[in-house]
Amino acid sequence: MKKLILTTAALALTAGISFAETIRMGTEGAYPPYNFVNDAGEVDGFERELGDELCARAMLTCEWVVNDWDSIIPNLVSGNYDTIIAGMSITAERDEVIDFTQNYTQPDPSAYMALSADVDLSSAVIAAQANTIQASFVAASGATLVEFATPEETVAAVKNGEADAVLADKAYLTPVAEGDADLVLLAQQELIGGGVGMGLRESDAELRGKFDAAISSMKADGSLNALIAKWGIGEQF
Amino acid sequence: MRINTYRKQANRRQTEGPSPIFSYCSDPSLLTSLPWLSCYLTTGKHLLFYQSFATVLILLAVTAPAALVFGFGGATLARARFLPLRLVGKTYISAVRGVPDIAFFLFFVIALDQGFEWLRHQALCPDWNEPIRQGNDFVVCAAAKLPLGTAPQYVHEIYGFFTAVLTFAIVFGAFAANVLYGAMRAVPQAQIETAQAYGMRPAQVFWRILVPQMWVYALPGLSNLWMVLIKATPLLFLLGVEDIVYWARELGGTKQAKFSDYPHGDWRMQYFLFLLVFYLAFTKLSEAVLERVMKRLTHGQGTLGAPS
Repeated sequence: MKKLILTTAALALTAGISFAETIRMGTEGAYPPYNFVNDAGEVDGFERELGDELCARAMLTCEWVVNDWDSIIPNLVSGNYDTIIAGMSITAERDEVIDFTQNYTQPDPSAYMALSADVDLSSAVIAAQANTIQASFVAASGATLVEFATPEETVAAVKNGEADAVLADKAYLTPVAEGDADLVLLAQQELIGGGVGMGLRESDAELRGKFDAAISSMKADGSLNALIAKWGIGEQF
Repeated sequence: MRINTYRKQANRRQTEGPSPIFSYCSDPSLLTSLPWLSCYLTTGKHLLFYQSFATVLILLAVTAPAALVFGFGGATLARARFLPLRLVGKTYISAVRGVPDIAFFLFFVIALDQGFEWLRHQALCPDWNEPIRQGNDFVVCAAAKLPLGTAPQYVHEIYGFFTAVLTFAIVFGAFAANVLYGAMRAVPQAQIETAQAYGMRPAQVFWRILVPQMWVYALPGLSNLWMVLIKATPLLFLLGVEDIVYWARELGGTKQAKFSDYPHGDWRMQYFLFLLVFYLAFTKLSEAVLERVMKRLTHGQGTLGAPS
């Protein structure tokens, strides 16, 4: 009898814990429209809305954490937060270190932005954010690559002449080019990356399953497409 | 624990937002010059920026005495007669001083954090049978997490702050230990011998003669360290505390009308200029204070720093 009570108590306790599970969502907070810090000092953007909705569907309580892009994977792996939701494209290289959910955006072509439309990309100096698919692409293409820690700095490098063009996700560059008369998007685009997914620790298969299911349900009822359209994140599903 | 956090819970929606401080700020696009600026400088983001100044000042106020304690301990150990103690003190002083700050701040804090969690894991989850290192992952049971995964946000922030204080105290403590070690040796031998001739025990000699007299020799070195410590605070961001430099970079970055009510170009230069003025003013103030302390310490003494 005593054992039975204990077991029930333990069950109730663990059930209580799993219900109130808090998931810490790691993001960069510097990559609009995917994620950025708004005027009120809070994380905002496509991934903020998406993440909140996913957590609601998976019955999780989520907290948002901002972390440098450079150390975003090491801090996930060492357990300082539980997911990466930061416009991170799914690549084979990253998949060796962490696990991804299914993609929640279509592969978005990367675009070049420069001060004039007639930049010769074969001989140009191209800026990209370090540790991104764009940086690996430029490095592999043989063009001269200059890397920066933040997206903001890659654009600044083009404006002050340090680089001839910047290569980044089209969804990020489009509003920048619209807001600045000096900058133009080039016609040439590169189709790299396999869509953006959430990153999780490889040992966290259960959590990945929950988010995968939530993404599937958002794809099925069209709410993901609505968010993609609202924030201007490329193609819909 | 290199984490920067936001107070907000996931279930609250962006659109409401906190109401602005001034009532006329509801639609900033209609405002110009001074009213616009007054609204801009009181956004929630700017309030966090101002808060981060307090964070940095509190950090300095807590770290300086803590580093002095580490330094005093290190210097005392390095002078110990018992060889193992002496070795501990000397190793601490030379090892920590020899490692580049940034490497120390990146490696040591993660190691420290994982060390704490590992200890708690051993104590709290004895029947856990999975390995702690799974490939790249560092996995401890939920109860051993530090702070707990379910802990509210401010607990995470305070924890980050204290790892920052501890790391700063250890690094600057090593430098302070070296300064104090030198200062202890600079106290004239005749003073020590006189005390011994009066029949004082070694502990009495140390506390009554050596320690009160060494500060005047230590102060120039310690004031140097204080200045370096002030300038080292931007390393806080590596430790996950949002410091003034992080916010200056974030606020100064280009803002597009689509994502902000206060669109502006690249204002990082202006923000950093403001930080420059702040740091210069703060170091100037410190110099004035330290000079007064020096005057007080050398009062009536014919040692260095005394007015001739």
